[in-house]
Amino acid sequence: MLTKRIIPCLDVKDNRVVKGVQFLNLRDAGDPVELGARYSDEGADELVFLDITATIRSRKTLVELVEKVAENVFIPFTVGGGVQTVEQIDELLRSGAEKVSVNTAAVENPDILAEAARRFGSQCVVLAIDARRSKTKSGKWQVCVKAGTEPTDIDVIEWAVKAEKLGAGEILLTSMDADGTKAGYDNELNKAMTDAVNIPVIASGGAGKLEHLYDAIVDGGADAVLMASITHFENYTIRQMKEYLRGRGIAVNL
Amino acid sequence: MIVVIDYNVGNVKSVCNAFRHIGCDNTLSREPKVIEESSGLVLPGVAAFGYAMSALGALAELIKEVASAGKPLLGICVGYQMLFDQSSEYGRHKGLGLVEGNVVGIPAGRVIPHMGWNLVKLPEGMDLFAELGEEKHFYFAHSFYADVADSDAKIAYADYGFNMPVAIQKDNIYGTQFHPEKSGKTGLKVLQNFAEICKKN
Repeated sequence: MLTKRIIPCLDVKDNRVVKGVQFLNLRDAGDPVELGARYSDEGADELVFLDITATIRSRKTLVELVEKVAENVFIPFTVGGGVQTVEQIDELLRSGAEKVSVNTAAVENPDILAEAARRFGSQCVVLAIDARRSKTKSGKWQVCVKAGTEPTDIDVIEWAVKAEKLGAGEILLTSMDADGTKAGYDNELNKAMTDAVNIPVIASGGAGKLEHLYDAIVDGGADAVLMASITHFENYTIRQMKEYLRGRGIAVNL
Repeated sequence: MIVVIDYNVGNVKSVCNAFRHIGCDNTLSREPKVIEESSGLVLPGVAAFGYAMSALGALAELIKEVASAGKPLLGICVGYQMLFDQSSEYGRHKGLGLVEGNVVGIPAGRVIPHMGWNLVKLPEGMDLFAELGEEKHFYFAHSFYADVADSDAKIAYADYGFNMPVAIQKDNIYGTQFHPEKSGKTGLKVLQNFAEICKKN
């Protein structure tokens, strides 16, 4: 059977890895290529690079970064942040990314998922969702776009179900409420998502302790766990995470 | 020189990068002369089957010709699927027909795509897996798989709720559904083994 995946996330701004709390107060975490290669050597299953500036100028930088990462990293990696067209997806895949994540563009034009899936296969198409607990409807989450700055009326779970039908091959589900807090993943959200879709779900936002990873997999049903602060700033190595999970009966690639 | 076939689909460079990383001469090309003179061919592929076959275009005949004449050929992911007779991904598409079998959807009732690291049982006598032991994890990302029907092919399997064929060897034709170029050190060893096979050719 598939092992559960440990995925360090590298948020990139001006060619540096940064990490904030609830998308704000960014701290520097190092050089993206070096950090990516280090995590790969340590046994990470995958990497995610998100261009959090996503301006036209940073687009070219992102392609160059992807090329450099691909020359040094021999595990799969996903790239995202500001991707708007199928041509951009094509360019990033050609530059060496395994998968490309789309977020705002898919909300604005859901057909991008279908077109990308038809052209590159669903396995390349990751739908990233920034989810925030609804203040008005309990037990519901709303989709936020433009790097989390703009809330929409779209229900997170309904959107994911629709995206799966269109051709998304994976959901990268970030809880904005939990992001950077190190207080644990939003497993109510993760569980609602993994119950609703049949494609892999990457839980994101909130990892601070090893048991949080276990909880996201067992309580949240996640196929993969993404983390940033816990790897960039804490003393946990990928190996420690995997040994911990294996010790609690979770299949990992170790 | 190993030639990685350049045919306008995603992520062909990763294969070149991996060969370069292990010190193996390779080039990305779609020139018939370069392909004919190569020591071995790699047909990579991150694409839907139909798109990949049409992108391959006239190169399909050349690949069939040189592979039938004995040149080592390694298909990866969709490049592996294209070795077979046909696929039912987004309609019915003809493959290269070098290995008997059809590419079909992974049966429902499990998470699809099959994406991530799975344990592959490595049978003895498959040259790609020399010195790798009995089983290893490899990285997969696919929704379709090859239902191998060729009695001349050696087959490696992974468990995905059913016994799924994930790699084959038939004479000089090799294929992996998983991505050796993205399977860390284990995957690099598979590419190294293919490079050795090409050297002997």
